[in-house]
Formats: sequence, C-alpha cells, structure tokens
Amino acid sequence: MAIIEREIEVMAPMVATPTSTYGVLKRPVAATGWRAWVFTVDHKKLGLMYGVTAMFFFIVGGVEALLIRLQLAAPNGKVLNADLYNQMFTMHATTMVFLFVMPMAAGFANYFIPLQIGARDVAFPRMNALGFWLLLFGGIFINLSWFLGGAADGGWFMYAPNSGPVFSPTHGIDFWAFGLQIAGIASLTGAINLIVTVLNMRAPGMTLMKMPIFTWMMTVVQFLLLFAVPVITVALFLLSFQRNFGARFFDVAAGADPLLWQHLFWIFGHPEVYILVLPSFGIVSEVLPVFSRKPLFGYPFVVFSGAAIGFVGWGVWAHHMFASGLGPVSVAVFSLTTMAIAVPTGVKIINWILTMWGGKLVFSTAMKFSIGLIVLFTVGGLSGVTHSVAPSDTQQTDTYYIVAHFHYVLFGGGVLGIFSGLYYWWPKMFGKMLNERLGNWNFWLMVIGMNLTFGPMHILGLQGQPRRMYQFTEARSGEGLFNFAFWNLVASIGSFVLAVGILLFLINVVITARNPTKSPLDPWNARSLEWMTSNPPKEHNFDVIPTVHHLDEFFHRKYEEDPATHTMRQIATAEEIMAEQERNADAHIHMPSPSYWPIVLAFGLPVITFGMIFSHLIAVFGAVIVFFAAFGWALEPSTAPASDFETNNSAPSTALDTVGKS
Amino acid sequence: MTDTTAHGHTSSAGISNVKLGMWAFLGSECLLFGGLISTYMLYRGRVTGGPRPSQIFDIPFTSVSSFVLLMSSLTMVLAVSAAHKGEDRKTNLWLTVTALLGATFVGGQVYEFTAFYNEGLGFSTSLFGSSFYTLTGFHGVHVTVGIIMLMSLVGIFKRSEVPGKKAEVVEMIGLYWHFVDIVWIIIFTLVYLIPV
Repeated sequence: MAIIEREIEVMAPMVATPTSTYGVLKRPVAATGWRAWVFTVDHKKLGLMYGVTAMFFFIVGGVEALLIRLQLAAPNGKVLNADLYNQMFTMHATTMVFLFVMPMAAGFANYFIPLQIGARDVAFPRMNALGFWLLLFGGIFINLSWFLGGAADGGWFMYAPNSGPVFSPTHGIDFWAFGLQIAGIASLTGAINLIVTVLNMRAPGMTLMKMPIFTWMMTVVQFLLLFAVPVITVALFLLSFQRNFGARFFDVAAGADPLLWQHLFWIFGHPEVYILVLPSFGIVSEVLPVFSRKPLFGYPFVVFSGAAIGFVGWGVWAHHMFASGLGPVSVAVFSLTTMAIAVPTGVKIINWILTMWGGKLVFSTAMKFSIGLIVLFTVGGLSGVTHSVAPSDTQQTDTYYIVAHFHYVLFGGGVLGIFSGLYYWWPKMFGKMLNERLGNWNFWLMVIGMNLTFGPMHILGLQGQPRRMYQFTEARSGEGLFNFAFWNLVASIGSFVLAVGILLFLINVVITARNPTKSPLDPWNARSLEWMTSNPPKEHNFDVIPTVHHLDEFFHRKYEEDPATHTMRQIATAEEIMAEQERNADAHIHMPSPSYWPIVLAFGLPVITFGMIFSHLIAVFGAVIVFFAAFGWALEPSTAPASDFETNNSAPSTALDTVGKS
Repeated sequence: MTDTTAHGHTSSAGISNVKLGMWAFLGSECLLFGGLISTYMLYRGRVTGGPRPSQIFDIPFTSVSSFVLLMSSLTMVLAVSAAHKGEDRKTNLWLTVTALLGATFVGGQVYEFTAFYNEGLGFSTSLFGSSFYTLTGFHGVHVTVGIIMLMSLVGIFKRSEVPGKKAEVVEMIGLYWHFVDIVWIIIFTLVYLIPV
C-alpha cells in the first residue's frame, strides 16, 4: 500500500507498508482481508463497493416494486393495506433514485474516471471513501424506519403540507429526510472530488476535447450535483425543522405557501433526472463506437449537447407543477423551455444512430443494451414532449401516464445504460467476461418485461387511473380494450418477467465468478485509456502515465491510417502496448494511504440524526465522534510520509523520493 | 489536504487541488444560501402573531457587529499575506485576531437572538420567526465553523504539523472566510436594511 517501489529490472512492483505510528491511531496497513476494504481509499475498490451497495438496494427496491404490482394485479388487492402501500411506493422510488441509480453511477465514475483520464487516483482519496460510507450509512438509516414505526409515506417528492407531522405522525419522514441529507453530503463530496480530479489530474496532452465521452458526461453530472444537492438540503432542513423543532414553514394556518416546497424540490428534482440519465448516456456513447467499429459520430456535438442539457435542465423545473396554478406566463415559459430541452437530447440520439450507420456492428450484450436504451429512451422522451404541452399535461398529471413516462426514461434510459456498462466493463473490473448467452436472455427478458410492465401504463393513465391508487374495484375496471383490470394484470406479469431478467444477471455473475477462464487484455477492441492497463488494473493503474495525442488514444496506438488506401491498419496489439509500458514503468509511485477516519466520521452522522429523532443526548455523542474524526483527519497527511516506511532488505532498495510529502 | 503533486500529478488547471475543491464547495454553498434567502424573502412579511421585523430589529447594533465581521476579512487578508511571506508569528497573530472578531460577531448574534426571543419572537411564533432564525442561524453556524478552523490552524501551527503547504491551507480557509462575510453583506441588506 501507499508506496510502490520498483527497480527498472524488477517487473512486479513491490509494495511497502508504513511501519511507524502516525496521529492518534496507528495507520491501517492491511493489504488483504476485510481491513483492506473498510479502510481503503483506492478509487477502484470504492467504485466496486459503490456498485455492490447499489445492486443490493436495487434488489430491495425491486422487491418493493413487485409488492406494488402484486397489490394491483387484480381488483380489490389484499397484499398491502393502504398505509403500507403508501410506504411501499415512497420507498421504492427513494431507493431506486437515491440508493441505486445514483450510487451505481458514482461507482462507475469512481472506477473509470481516473482510468479514462490517465490518473492514478482521485484528487481527494479519503473524501472519496467518506462519500461511500456516508451513502451506505444514509441508505441504511432511511431503511431503518421500516423497523422503527414505519417508513416514509409521502411519495418521493414528499409534498407539503402532506409531509407534516399531522398527516404523517410516524418517524418515517424524519428518517427519510435525515437519511437523504447524509446521502446528499456523499453526493456533494463526490461531486467536488470528481470535478477537481477531471479539471486538474488529466494525463499530459489530454485536453478537455480529447477526454473520453463518459468522463465528459459524468463531469456534467458532477456539476449538476454540486448545484442541485444544496437546494434539496435546504428543503430537507425546512422539513426537518418543521417536524422536529416546531418551525412553521409549511403550516398553512400560519400563512405558509406549500408551493415553496414544490419549487425547492423540483429545482433540485429536475436536474436530478439528468443526474440519473446522463451517466447512462455517457456509457452508451462509449459502447456504441466500440461495437460499431467507428469513432463516435460528432463527438463535439455529443459533448456540447450534454453540457446544454446540464444548463437547460435548470430552467424546466416548473413543468412538474403545471397543475398547481402557477399562472399562464410561468406555464407558457416552462412549456417552451421543456420543448427546448428535447433538442439537445435529440441531437444525442441522432449522433448515436449515425455512429452505428455504416459501421460493422457487433451485437454483444453490451451493444444490445445500448441499442435498447436508444429505442426505449426515445419512447420515454416522446411522451415527455407530450407533457410539455401544458393543457395535455394538466390532463395527465398524477395519472399512470406519468408513471409510464418516467419509467421509460429512467428504466429504459438509466437502467439499460447501467447494464450496458456492466457487461462492457466487467472484464476490466474483474478480468473475466460475463457469459454472453445468458446475457442475451438477460437483455431480452428485461426489455420484454419492461415493455409489458410500463407500456400498458400509458393506456391506464390516459384512461384516468390515478397514481398512488392502492386498490381498484371490479365495478370500476371497465370492459373491452380499456379494461383496467386486464392492463393492470399485464403490467404485473411484465414486472415478474423483468425480475426474472435481472435474476439472470445475478446468476450470470455467479457463473462468471466460478468460471476460471480469464478475459483477453482487450476483449472488445476498445478505444479509450482505461483499456491500456491490465484487467483488473493494478493498484497504481498505469505503470507509466500515458501522454495523450488523440481522442480515443488507445485506438490510435493500435491502429494507423494507411495513406495509400485510407484504411486503418493495425500497428500494435494491446499486449504489445502493455509490455512496452511495463518496460518503461515509473520507478517510484506514491499512492495515497488508507485511513480510519472516513468511516469513523461517516458513522458519526447517522448517530447525530438518530439522536435528533429520539434523544438529543445521542446526538451530542455523535457530534463528538464527528469532531474527533475531523481532527484526526486534518492532522493525518493523505500520503504517509516516506519516513514511515521501511524498505524491504531482501530486494534491491531504491532511494525513496518524497513526491506528495508535505 | 493532498498536495498537488501527490501520486505523481501536475495540475492541469494551474490551481492546486485544495483551492479548486474549495471553490467548487463555495459554488455549492451559494445555492444553499440562495435557497435559505429565498425562503426568508418569501416569508418575511408573514406575521400571524408575535412581533413584525420592524418592531424588533436594532439596526445600529447589527450594523456594528456587521462592521466587526467585515473587518475580520481584512485581518484574514493580512494573515494570508503573512503566510505567503513565511512569517509564522504574524500569521498566527492575524489568524487569532480574525477568530476573535468572528467570535465577537457570533456573540452579538447570540445576544440579538436572546433579545428577540424575550420580545416574543420564538422559532415557532410565525413564518417570519422560523425563516429568520433559520437563515441567520445557518450563517452563524458557518462563522462558528470558520472560527474553529482558524483556531485549530493556530494550534496546529504551534506544533508545526500542518499537512500540506502552510500558506495554501491558510489561503483556503481564507476563501471560506471571505465567502461567509460576503453572504452576510447580502443577508444584512435583505433582512435588516430593506423594509418589509
């Protein structure tokens, strides 16, 4: 850990560990076992930890969804009572948005941004670890409410005054609000960290317009997070102060305006939907060129349309509030901006299609998921455009048509992109390839299942089935093509098909883990820097930091244009490039050292919020933990000083240089 | 407090990681205070019971404490300048003065809150009360965190255990301090000076 020395002749880097005590606690040094994970600051390990956590919550949120669909499968559903049903849909949305898609995107960003920009880690490795632990503890904290009196029951947007203590007397919303604050700090630290990493730590020669497109899209996402998270922070504070300390913010009797909550929530909430979907746009923009054997069509357009979505995304929030009586001017303005934001999104779709146009398409599972995203996201995008027409939206508000729309956008867009990324980068992360035959089944069951589930919801919504309806009677289910009961049953069956598809992914993971076959170094003939190192990458990522000359640097190291025929011919294999790197490996590589403080500090926060709900004495105890950890952190250098290390006597010793020592 | 050159990297943007990180954080803070200020501006005239703003604000008193806070920005600049010249004693002196000025401001705020409370404006009294205490309270917490950072820095300096370049750390905390001061100028103008 921490310092890697190597002699020029020695191929395997030697890992030295700190020997002296530093600060209050001895620094963690374990390179294997659970300590190597719990105290790690390595961006790759943290990326995987984000991924595993996200997958866990995906299953939790998925089970909640299945319970909802079971309840609605037939008239007079008896699976859940009304109260439990409210908790179920609230927690389903909260879990999927904040604890699955966002952490999964954070995991990909953590793992691949440093690799794609040719860096050895992120700018603030300990802050990175803090972000992960805050997310995990925040997620656990929200879900604790199931066992302590009932979960939040106000919908994921938690509209006031319905979220006040009068209408929701359990502690569910308190857990929800505090838990999201904790997860919000995780997003904020992550955003600051990745923004600094991308702006400051790119490999020599990598200008912004030579940056891989996934890194670009994730950078836009980090800026959205940076500015959107504080707005929800304010809203959640107002809500918590009202529920726990008697503030009047949403108390209509005191003259409060409940629209304040809606504005604050959606000023966060609309950038949030781009936070959820742009990571997948980035993944798809990496996968399509690789499997079309062509460069990304119109790279600058994809970059700038992503940035444009990032900007315009701030000016459309009130289209969530057309039915709230904003007045004709506001409605007209937000209608127009909403129509306008379809343009950069459309630009992206055109670019993806033209990337495939005339390419030698390889239909791997990753590619199928990407094509699936283009098709299904477009369906969701089109129903989104229908919402921008305010009179039509007034009709659709709070019906299943909206539910259909955002599931096509977030599942068809967000989740399919995530699965595309999982299949594409699995060999990079684990050195083994996921089974393609199972992947095929995984893909088709998910796509068929999702269309069966969410497609009928368009019909249900236009027929007037309200959102959040927990039961319907036989008398109201109607007849013929527009039969409520029939389409609800179809949707419920679809949800189980979808669940089987996702189960196949988990089975695929297990089968792949047991399969001893290693993946080739460059299984997909890929284009970007993350493939220019071993599978999985070494702790220090690159033996030598590459100097970048092209967009798609790795591709240009493998291929060269033949001036006579204007075709590309191969000049090097991935193995040759790898071997050359190993020959020229850097002698001294200082890696950031593991630390106890991130997990300790992160643990303090849920203790504080737990105390806010139940006993202020516990909150004081939590504050002491946070205070102590903050000081331990500040006094500990992020890279242990060279004097902390003993060189291994049996190996030829090199003089340790003190890069990074302060 | 990673050094720019940690794990073998130079800075592409020409500014150190910690400073860039602090700028990003302050950008985020703008939206935090933006939300709080908007809430106050929406609710400042909504008084269903208890005193109205004009009945309790003591403008001369708050002007003096605002002046004290603004002066602390000056002493912060002197601390940064001394740190860049490597004058440890002077740096410590100016950091301590800055913290004391900040503490004077927070003390004034505590006095003001107590006085308002005694005049009948509680946290739950009215929308004005809730949003006033929330906004100014959040600002007060920011100043307090700044004071803790300044005093810790002085303490750490004495034991010369600052991880990272000293001047860099002083400058980073300076950025935070100036930001909190600027926010107060906005709050003071909008909350105290502009009549409802």
